[in-house]
Amino acid sequence: MAGSVPTYARPADAAAERPRHINEPVYVQRLLIGLALLFLGLVLVVPLLSVFVQALKKGADVYFQAITDPDALSAVRLTLLTAAISVPLNTIFGVAAAWAITKFSFRGKQVLISFIDLPFAVSPVISGLIFVLLFGSKGWFGPFLAEHDIKIIFALPGIVLATVFVTFPFVARELIPLMQSQGTQEEEAAATLGAGGWRMFWKVTLPNIKWGLLYGIILCNARAMGEFGAVSVVSGHIRGSTNTLPLHVEILYNEYQFSASFAVASLLVLLAFVTLIAKGWVEWKHRKTPDEPLKE
Amino acid sequence: MHIVVDNLTKRFGSLTVCRDVSFTIDKGRLVGLLGPSGGGKTTILRMIAGLEFPDSGDIVFDGKRVNDLPPQERGIGFVFQNYALFKHMTVFDNIAFGLTVRKKQKKQIRERVAELLELTGLNGLERRYPHQLSGGQRQRVAFARALAPEPQLLLLDEPFAAIDAKVRRELRLWLKEMIRRVGITTIFVTHDQEEAAEVADEIILIHQGKLEQKGEPIQIYQNPQTPFVATFIGESFLLEQPWQLKGFEEGLKGAKAIVRPEFVEVGKPHETLHPHAAEKGVVRSVYFRGNKWQVEVEIGSQTVSAYRSLEKEPVQPGEEVHVLVHRLYLFNGEQTQMLENGMKFDPLPVHI
Repeated sequence: MAGSVPTYARPADAAAERPRHINEPVYVQRLLIGLALLFLGLVLVVPLLSVFVQALKKGADVYFQAITDPDALSAVRLTLLTAAISVPLNTIFGVAAAWAITKFSFRGKQVLISFIDLPFAVSPVISGLIFVLLFGSKGWFGPFLAEHDIKIIFALPGIVLATVFVTFPFVARELIPLMQSQGTQEEEAAATLGAGGWRMFWKVTLPNIKWGLLYGIILCNARAMGEFGAVSVVSGHIRGSTNTLPLHVEILYNEYQFSASFAVASLLVLLAFVTLIAKGWVEWKHRKTPDEPLKE
Repeated sequence: MHIVVDNLTKRFGSLTVCRDVSFTIDKGRLVGLLGPSGGGKTTILRMIAGLEFPDSGDIVFDGKRVNDLPPQERGIGFVFQNYALFKHMTVFDNIAFGLTVRKKQKKQIRERVAELLELTGLNGLERRYPHQLSGGQRQRVAFARALAPEPQLLLLDEPFAAIDAKVRRELRLWLKEMIRRVGITTIFVTHDQEEAAEVADEIILIHQGKLEQKGEPIQIYQNPQTPFVATFIGESFLLEQPWQLKGFEEGLKGAKAIVRPEFVEVGKPHETLHPHAAEKGVVRSVYFRGNKWQVEVEIGSQTVSAYRSLEKEPVQPGEEVHVLVHRLYLFNGEQTQMLENGMKFDPLPVHI
């Protein structure tokens, strides 16, 4: 769930055909593979396992109590709701931005591309702080919002805004290179056959980008549910009301309820597994539908 | 569809890719837009299709100005260079696309697609996806797809470029025959003069965004109107001082000449038909060209190139021969002139 979007590299196929004269000796191969596995084990597997070990340390009862606690359930609900709002928003934004960037030429295109990467570049804390500065009680729109009794900061809208901000590059970043490589020819063909813009999008563009889009959505969703920094700043940590899952984990931990904290954390880890499986499935499906025509 | 293109101009930034191009195409004609790569042919084709908009000038279909019509409403079929088939659709769905867009009935669509599959010889492939087809088959699908909605004008962008040479020749004839059968006005773009000559009723030669010449292939070959056309079509070589040759003293002053080897005869002294019109020269080199000899002959300081039949007695380098230049093509930067050998038709032969 890091802030980078991998492309559809297919390293497995390339490695299989690597001829001997540019390949490394066996001991170098083993050493490199061993290093990678060791590192992976130390940095990823051991900590992840420890989450489950810690969560179940005091028995299954404590575990289930922790995750069925009303505050925990409310955090699950809020997390799902936030993702349910921000992922579709970012999907629409991502498709629109990728479409605009790859199909039209206009002034400021490079600027737009750079801005899409902005959330990856700034610290999530800043991303949250921006909204506090805008909508907080001392912020630009603070007095106006207070007058009309609209709550943004320390409420759902703030959390959604921060999440949208942090996750908006995922879909766009995934689609832009894909759509750039596909060009506009199929759309042009559709146009000469009489198709209008709407039909062109649904019948030609969307089917061509669907796997990339799905991949972007999965990554976006994973990040939306797991985001901590930005949401932490705008949420206000009101238990049972503005706590998302990651925030709830931290609160429990700070209150020395380690088992409960790890129990809730294990939910997030499970979510990560679901994401990985979904991602793997999309990649597998995508590989099954080659976009390069066969050689004669 | 009767097509008029009037003073069409198009710029991409500071580059003018098409300048003041005007031509007319009669209904039912098969026309080739020919020229070197990067000369603006495809841009002209795309402007006719409505995929590109001209900076100035008009495009008129059957008396109606279509400049502002989007491609959807122009009644055209377009075959793209790489076919641009919809990769996620079967052959059937690809061909049916234009009909589905027009909200035709299912039954009608099935009939029309079946008809086109028959016409293009794609029967049995309708369930395949584009990536399961060969290059030639893909081209046929693109062709059938473009024809399905019964357009009035068919536009093809380098239709054979992506196909290997062997299949290309076959497909060329197939396409010509197919277009003849459908009877549709057609414009295709190519950089291959042989292809243009073989397929097109009429050729429009485009070079650096300008129309160089329009006419039947044989006309263009025989009467090139600009130096570019003369050198682009067929084989040719340049003569710096054509006035030094017998029979060509009267041409444009200071002009250079473009000569086609097939308009030059080389013979042993006893063979030549017009002895007083022929120059004496020395054979410099002889090349075997598969079905003929190519002979290079020095006449004074100039070198001419000619073909010689394998039937005739071969000439050797160093041998003295007679050279008869039948026709050459003069240009001096402003004016151009086609010149026949004046001595060939000398009204007062010396022996009278």
